[in-house]
Amino acid sequence: MHPILIIVFLPLVAAIIAGLGNRMLGNLAAKSLTTGALFVSAILSWPIFLGFLGGTETAEVVPVLKWVQSGSMTFDWALRVDALTAVMLVVINSVSALVHLYSWGYMEEDPDQPRFFAYLSLFTFAMLMLVTADNLVQMFFGWEGVGLASYLLIGFWFKKPSAGAAAIKAFVVNRVGDLGFMLGIFGTYLVFQTTSITEILEAAPAMSGSTIGFLGMRLYTMDILCILLFIGAMGKSAQLFLHTWLPDAMEGPTPVSALIHAATMVTAGVFMVCRLSPMFETAPTALMIVTFIGAATCFFAATIGTTQWDIKRVIAYSTCSQLGYMFFAAGVGAYGVAMFHLFTHAFFKALLFLGAGSVIHAMHHEQDMRYYGDLRKKIPITFWAMMAGTLAITGVGILGVFGFAGFYSKDAILEAAWARGTGLSQFAFWMGAVAALLTSFYSWRLMFLTFWGKPRWIESEHIQHSVHKTPAEAGEDTTGGYHPHESPVSMLVPLGLLTLGAVFAGFVYKYPFIDGSAEAVNGAFWGASIYFNENLMHALHAVPLWVKLTATFVMITGFIGAYVAYIAKPDIPAKFVASFGWLHKFVYNKWYFDELYDAIFVKPAFWIGRQFWKLGDIGTIDRFGPNGIAWVVDRSSQAAKTIQSGYLYTYALIMLLGLVAAVTWVLF
Amino acid sequence: MDGFPILSIMLLVPLLAGIGCFFVGTNASRWLALAGTLATFALGVILWANYEIGGSQWQFTERAELFAGFSYALGIDGIALMLIMLSVFLMPICILASWSAIQKRVGEYMAAFLFMEVLMIGVFAAQDLFLFYIFFEAGLIPMYLIIGVWGGDNRIYASYKFFLYTLLGSVLMLIAMFWMVAQAGTADIPTLMQYDFPVGPQFWLFLAFFASFAVKMPMWPVHTWLPDAHVQAPTAGSVILAGVLLKLGGYGFIRFSLPMFPDASAQLAWLVFALSMVAVVYTSLVALVQHDMKKLIAYSSVAHMALVTAGLFAFNVQGLEGAMMIMLGHGLVSGALFLCVGVIYDRLHTREIDRYGGLSINMPYYALFFMLFTMASVGLPGTSNFIGEFLALAGIYQASTWVALICTTGIILGAAYMLYLYRRVAFGDQKNADAAAMLDLDKREWAMLAPIAAVVLWMGVYPESFLAPMRADIATLDARLASAAPDGDSQLQAGAPRDTIANAMARPEHEEGEGAH
Repeated sequence: MHPILIIVFLPLVAAIIAGLGNRMLGNLAAKSLTTGALFVSAILSWPIFLGFLGGTETAEVVPVLKWVQSGSMTFDWALRVDALTAVMLVVINSVSALVHLYSWGYMEEDPDQPRFFAYLSLFTFAMLMLVTADNLVQMFFGWEGVGLASYLLIGFWFKKPSAGAAAIKAFVVNRVGDLGFMLGIFGTYLVFQTTSITEILEAAPAMSGSTIGFLGMRLYTMDILCILLFIGAMGKSAQLFLHTWLPDAMEGPTPVSALIHAATMVTAGVFMVCRLSPMFETAPTALMIVTFIGAATCFFAATIGTTQWDIKRVIAYSTCSQLGYMFFAAGVGAYGVAMFHLFTHAFFKALLFLGAGSVIHAMHHEQDMRYYGDLRKKIPITFWAMMAGTLAITGVGILGVFGFAGFYSKDAILEAAWARGTGLSQFAFWMGAVAALLTSFYSWRLMFLTFWGKPRWIESEHIQHSVHKTPAEAGEDTTGGYHPHESPVSMLVPLGLLTLGAVFAGFVYKYPFIDGSAEAVNGAFWGASIYFNENLMHALHAVPLWVKLTATFVMITGFIGAYVAYIAKPDIPAKFVASFGWLHKFVYNKWYFDELYDAIFVKPAFWIGRQFWKLGDIGTIDRFGPNGIAWVVDRSSQAAKTIQSGYLYTYALIMLLGLVAAVTWVLF
Repeated sequence: MDGFPILSIMLLVPLLAGIGCFFVGTNASRWLALAGTLATFALGVILWANYEIGGSQWQFTERAELFAGFSYALGIDGIALMLIMLSVFLMPICILASWSAIQKRVGEYMAAFLFMEVLMIGVFAAQDLFLFYIFFEAGLIPMYLIIGVWGGDNRIYASYKFFLYTLLGSVLMLIAMFWMVAQAGTADIPTLMQYDFPVGPQFWLFLAFFASFAVKMPMWPVHTWLPDAHVQAPTAGSVILAGVLLKLGGYGFIRFSLPMFPDASAQLAWLVFALSMVAVVYTSLVALVQHDMKKLIAYSSVAHMALVTAGLFAFNVQGLEGAMMIMLGHGLVSGALFLCVGVIYDRLHTREIDRYGGLSINMPYYALFFMLFTMASVGLPGTSNFIGEFLALAGIYQASTWVALICTTGIILGAAYMLYLYRRVAFGDQKNADAAAMLDLDKREWAMLAPIAAVVLWMGVYPESFLAPMRADIATLDARLASAAPDGDSQLQAGAPRDTIANAMARPEHEEGEGAH
C-alpha cells in the first residue's frame, strides 16, 4: 500500500471516530486519536518530500475508486504525488499536527473538544484531497471540503452571533469564487473533453491560438478559462474584491486561524495556479490579471494591517497581503518562487498566529493590542517565538550570509518581478516593495505594542473581569495586579518547532525551490509538476544589486518607522490620525468594502426577495392565477344562479333569445 | 426473474396492505403499513438486483390487452427503476415519520399512503399511455386527501390550490394523448418514443404536455401551489410531495416530451431555459426572506427543480444524467430536510424559524444530520446533490454559457438561504426556553434519518451504482435528440497556436550571481 493512502485517509478516519464518538469517547481519547493520526501523516509526508529533493521519488498517481462516468466526462478518485504535492503534504501535515498539539493547551477548558479536533482532522483530510487531486473535480471536492471545515470552525463558538455571521460570510463569499471555478471546469471540459489535469496541461499549448464564445463575447479560449479558474482562486485565497471574509474568519479559535486561514487553506488558490501553470502560461491576459490582482492585494491589505488594533486581524491582513505576493510571483512566471513563499509563509505565519494565541491565552482572551504592553519579560518563550516570526515575515537577513525564511522567499519574489521586465511586473515590484515597508511597519508595531512599553492591561474588560478591579480602583498600577502566565508545554512545543521553520526554512530550501536543484538552474526538483521558467530564473539572479537590496532597505525603513512611532515618540500615531483623519478613517474601515457590499449585494438581495414574494407570488401570480380563477368561477356561478330564477317567463325569454340567435346563425 | 410478475406484485402488496388498514385498529394499521412498505422496499431491492445493466431497454415487462386498445402494460428501464427505488425507499420512512404525529383516522391515513405508493410505482412502470395517465392523475387524490384531512390550519385552501393547478394541465395532456394515439395507432409508450410525429403538431403536443409537467415540476410561474401545499401537509406528506411527486414532472419530460417531440423540444428550449433561469434567481431570493421553515425548503425545491429542467433541455448526456441525479438527490435531501423540520415541529408545534435557536446545544445529533442535509442541499461535493448539479450545469454550459452562468448563481444563493436557515435554527444562543428543553433524536427518528444520510453519501462518493443502470437509456435518448440538438454558444474555433509561453524571456547574456543570492 502506498503511504499516500495512509497520509490522506487516516485523518478522515480519525475525524469520523472523534466526531461521531464525541462525548461517548471523551476528550482525551478524541484528542489523542486525531493528534496521533496527524503526527503519523506528518511523519510519513517528510520522506516523500525529501525523496523528491534527493531525486529518488518519481511522480505517480495512486487510483482509489471510480467516481463519475457520464458520457465522455469521467473523473475518478485518485491521489497524485509529485514534487508540488510533496511540498504541500509537508506543509499541511506538519502545521496541522502542530496545531492539533497546540490545541491541547489552547482548548483545554472548552467543553466541546472532540468536535473541535474532529473538525481540524476533517479539514486536513479535505486539504489533502485538494492537493493530491489528479482531476479538476476532485480538486473542487477538496476545495469545497476545506470550505465546509472552515465554515464549521469559524462558527465553532456558534453561540456568538458574530461567529455565526462570519461563518456564513466565509462560505458565501467563497461560493462567489466557486462560481468562477465551476464555470472554468465546465469550459475546460468543453474544450478539452477531459477533466484530467495532466491531459489538460498537455493539450493546452495547442489551444493557445483558438477562440471561444462566452456570454456573447468571443475571447481567447485559454484566457477566459484561466480567468474563470482564477476567480475561484481569488475567493479561496482572499484576494482583492473577494477578501472580505478572511478578517471576519478570525472569529474562529486561534489554532484554526493558524492552520486554515494562514498556512494551508488560503494558499489553495496559489497552489491551483501553480498546479495549472503550464495552462496559465498559454493565457497572457489571464496572467496579467493574476499579477495585477496579486500586486494590488499585497499593497491594499498591508495598508489596512497598519491601522488595526485586534492582534489577530493585523495578522489576518498580513496573510492577505502575503498571498498577494505569491500571486504576482506566479503571474510573472516564477511559480517555484511563489511556492517557496507559500512554504516559508506557512511556517512563520502559523508561528505568528500561534504566538498571538499564546499572548491571548496569557492575557485572559483579550485581543486588543491597546491593552497589551510590556509582555516581553512575562511570557519570554512566546516573545522569542513571535520575534522569530517577525524577523521571518519582515525578511531580515544579510545578502550572501544568512537570513530568516522570508528574506529568501520575499526577496526572490521582488527580484522575479523586476527581472520579468514588463511594465506590469515593474508595477508589481513597486507595489511589493511598498507593501514590504508596510509589512515591516505593522509587524514591528504589533511587537512593540504587545511586548514593549508600559503595561496597559487594566483598561481591558477581560482583565478587569479577571482581577475584579476597575481602572479607577487600580490607580497607578496599570497592570491591575494581573499576572500574565506563560502557556503550557503543549503550546510551547509547536511554537518551538515552527520557530525552527521560520528561521531555517528559507536558508535550507532556497536552491530546490527557486533554482530547482542545488547544482544549477534546471528545475530538476520540480520536474513536470509546475512550469519552470529557466530563463526567468537566470534573470532573477542577474538583477542589479539595488533591486536585491530594496527589500532589506524597506524592511529597515519600516522598522525605524515603527520604532519611532511606538517606542521613541508614542504620540506620533495620534498626531498623524489628527491631521490625516480622513485617510486613517478610510484605511481603518478597511476601505469600506464591507459597507459597499452590504449596500449593493446583501440588502438589495433581501429587499428584492421580499418584493418577489409579496408582489410577485402573492400579489400577481396568486391573485390573477388560482385566486383569480376561483373569483371568476364564484362570480359566474352567482350570475348563473340569478338566471335560474324558477320563473317560467325568464326561461321563455331565454329560449326565445336562443332561438333568434340560432336562426340568425343559420340564415346569415 | 423470467415470467415472474414482480412489478404487479409491487403494486399488489401496498394495495392489499392499504385495504387492510381500513379494517384493523389504529396501532395495527401502523404496523401493517410499515410491514407493507418494507415488503415493497424489499421487492424493490430484488428488482434492482435483477435488473440487467446493458440488457434489453425494457425489462420485467408484463402485458395484458384489455379493451379498445387499452392495455395493462408494465415494464421499466433504468430511469424508471431509479425513480421506483426512490419511491419505495422513502415510503417506510414516511410511515415512521407519521407514527405518533398522526392521531386521528390513522387507518385511513396509512391507507392513503399505501395507495399513493401503488400509484407512484404504477406511474413509473406504466407502458401504456392511458395507464400512465390514470396513475399520473390518480396520484393527486391521496395527496389531496392527505393535505385536506390531516393538514394544518389552512389545509382546505392549500388542497384546492394544489388540485386546481395540477388538474388544469392534465386536461390538455389528455386531449393531446387522444390525438397521439389516433395518429400513431398505438398507446404503447416504447413505440411512441420512437415514433416521429410531424414537426407542426409536435409543437402543440409539446405545449399540452408541458402544461401538465410544468405544474408538477413545478416551474415558475406555476409554482405557487407548492409552498402552500408543503406548509399545510403533514411531515410525511411533504416528504412524498418533494421526494416523489415533484419528480413526476421531470420524469414526464424525459419519458414523453423529449423523445416523442424532439423537434418541438429543441424549438422551445429557449422557453424552458428562460423559465428555469427566472426560477433559480427568483425563488432563491424568495427563499432567503421566509420565516417559515417549510416554505423556505419548498421555495428551494423550485430552484433545484429549475436546474433539472434546464439540464434536460441542454440536449446532451451530462445534462440528462445530471437532471436525473438531481431528481434522485433532491428527492432524498429535500425529503430529509422536511423530516428534520418535522422532528422539531413534533416537539414545539411551530414552523416559525425564530422560535428555535441554539439547537446544536441540546440536540447535537439532530444538528449533525441537519448540517449534513443542509450541505447536501447546497451541493457540497461528496453528497448526492453535487453530482447532479455538477453534471447538469456542465451540460447546460455546453448549450449556453448565459444559462449556465445564471443557473450557477444558484450555488451562491442556495448557500446563503440554507446556511442562514441553519444559523437561525441550530446556531446562536438558546433564546427560547421551550426550544432549549427539546430532547435529541429518539430511536425512531434515527431510523428515519440515518438511512437517508447513508444513501446521500453513497450517491456522492460512488454514484456509479445509480448512473450505471440509466446509462444506456440516457445514451438512447441522447442519440434520438442528437439531430434536433441546437449548437451551443461556445463555438470553439481553432487558431494557430502561439509558439511562446506568456512569460517567455530571452536567456540573459551575462549570467551573474549564480544560485539564489
